[in-house]
Amino acid sequence: MTDEITPGLFNQLVDLAALELEPAEAEYLRGQLNNQLKAIRELASIPLDDSVPVTLHGVPYTPEISPPMRSDKWDPEPEPDRLLNAAPETEDGYLVVPEIPHEELS
Amino acid sequence: MMAEFHTLSALEIASLVAAKEASAMEVLDAHLAQIQNVDGSPGSIGGQSRAEPDKVHAFITLTASRARAHAAAVDVKIAAGEFAGTLAGVPVTIKDIFCVEGSPSTAGSRILANFTAPYTATPVARLEAAGAVVLGKVNLDEFTYGSSNESSAFQPATRNPWDTSRVPGGSSGGSAASVAALESPLSLGTDTAGSVRQPAAFCGVVGLKPTYGRVSRYGLIAFGSSLDCPGPVARTVADAALMLGVIAGPDPRDSTAALVPVPDYLSETKRGVAGMRIGLSPDYFRITYFDGSTGELVEESVGEEIKARVLDAARRLAKEGAEIVEGVPMPHTRYGIPTYFVISRVEAASNLHRYDGVKYGHRTPYAGGDLRAMYRKTRAEGFGPQPKLRILMGMYVSAAQYSEQYYNRALRVRSLIRRDFDLAFDAAGMYRLHTLLTPTTPTTAFKLGGVYGDSVLMQYADQLTVPSNHAGVPAISVPAGFDTDGLPIGIQFIATDFREDYLFRAGRAYELATASEAWRAKSPILGSAKD
Repeated sequence: MTDEITPGLFNQLVDLAALELEPAEAEYLRGQLNNQLKAIRELASIPLDDSVPVTLHGVPYTPEISPPMRSDKWDPEPEPDRLLNAAPETEDGYLVVPEIPHEELS
Repeated sequence: MMAEFHTLSALEIASLVAAKEASAMEVLDAHLAQIQNVDGSPGSIGGQSRAEPDKVHAFITLTASRARAHAAAVDVKIAAGEFAGTLAGVPVTIKDIFCVEGSPSTAGSRILANFTAPYTATPVARLEAAGAVVLGKVNLDEFTYGSSNESSAFQPATRNPWDTSRVPGGSSGGSAASVAALESPLSLGTDTAGSVRQPAAFCGVVGLKPTYGRVSRYGLIAFGSSLDCPGPVARTVADAALMLGVIAGPDPRDSTAALVPVPDYLSETKRGVAGMRIGLSPDYFRITYFDGSTGELVEESVGEEIKARVLDAARRLAKEGAEIVEGVPMPHTRYGIPTYFVISRVEAASNLHRYDGVKYGHRTPYAGGDLRAMYRKTRAEGFGPQPKLRILMGMYVSAAQYSEQYYNRALRVRSLIRRDFDLAFDAAGMYRLHTLLTPTTPTTAFKLGGVYGDSVLMQYADQLTVPSNHAGVPAISVPAGFDTDGLPIGIQFIATDFREDYLFRAGRAYELATASEAWRAKSPILGSAKD
């Protein structure tokens, strides 16, 4: 585990994260990420045999304590305008966004 | 009498209001007056971080008229002879990470600065249904990402009421500070790595992280969805127990809110510790952290004064009939932070993708470009450095080529952390603990600006609290006096799943065992900034 987040890799992450950064901010954030990675690398020193499973939740959700699935029925929001009112731009009940880019897939 | 209502506990207030010896409105007025006296200007976008350095600045949004309407409704019910709820007339502040219908719900972030919630979070709704009077929304680290409150986009950030040149801890810093400063007897916080317990310890109040699934997360703006726990902040263990009883329980709107009955926690606080097995672990008296300047892992003991308070608590509880079990191994404690650096970042990155300037929140005023340009500009403008760091790290460690060595490995280490607790609490095992007694934090409150900017060192403030989040188990921080700088010290009790009752018993027994100590009579003297 000797990976470092290089400027090139960092720029890819920024793009995937749908962010754009000023140069000074990018330099600070990349430095912090690499420091965090050094801390994370401590994980590599822990002996893990194949019997150790992943834990997604600490608390085991046994059937007795797990809520049942909701019934599969349509439950419409009674006042959709309350939600739409929070949107920056709407028109006739639709959310308005700038032009969606179209790319030809090769 | 009015001037003193703000010094009372939630239990005392509820009792007076129910007996018609005080009205909810009188109680509210006393708290609003205290807020007026000590809080100073609320946090705001563009606010100055150094403004009014002798004030607490717990609030982002004080909703006084909403509170008056609720207090009036409580008083009408009581006048009519109706039961107005177990928290009737009790003020409460809400960490601004919960949605409250009709109130700004900002998460301490520019990207939600203009967001007014269209619905109310379940724990808040339950508090109000029980008659509690919501005073408003209190400050926090941006999206809860921090341990000092300094990362909030709403400045000035909250200051520690015991010494306003120090941080209140975080991320529920506004919650802990508002309770410590007698602005409210109760607050609703959240704990993802220690965000209720660490500020509670720094501010000298009680803070509980319930079992994961004990309290619904509906209406909580998500950070780490497998770790987040709403929890009470209070000045007494009994008040925390009372509040947990109100907010806990299943919720059809949160499929992780477990189907576990809610006991009468308040009664449990009175049962004492006789017969309880309380453990001490050497792994909670040292911290291991990564020193960014040398690139080395450093191991240090927790502060001597903090350690002494924990050992003193063990001795006092032994006198009350508890059996102290020393040398309990918790060997994976030290891996809590590196594990958290991975798991929480992946979950945060996933949760933060919803902020895109389309459905709610900030949208860039920049008009050129297509949808993707709008996303990038909106998120660049709306997020501060802490959310950006978490998104970028989360994307990195979960990327296809790295997830095996980082994310999947962290999830497996999480199993080892959980195993430590399973072995300690196993009723048929070697240790058979009811609770583990530890320091809450490795240090007391640090200076504003002392750590902020070093995201690695800041994270290690949570080293003794984060293992409970990985494991899902409940833990409470209770005040245990002050260090030689006059700063509060917290001690922590940890129990197994859904045994918050053990935490309340131990915490209450410790309160009684220290009831005559001089430090119990101290209150913050505000207006004493040392910077």
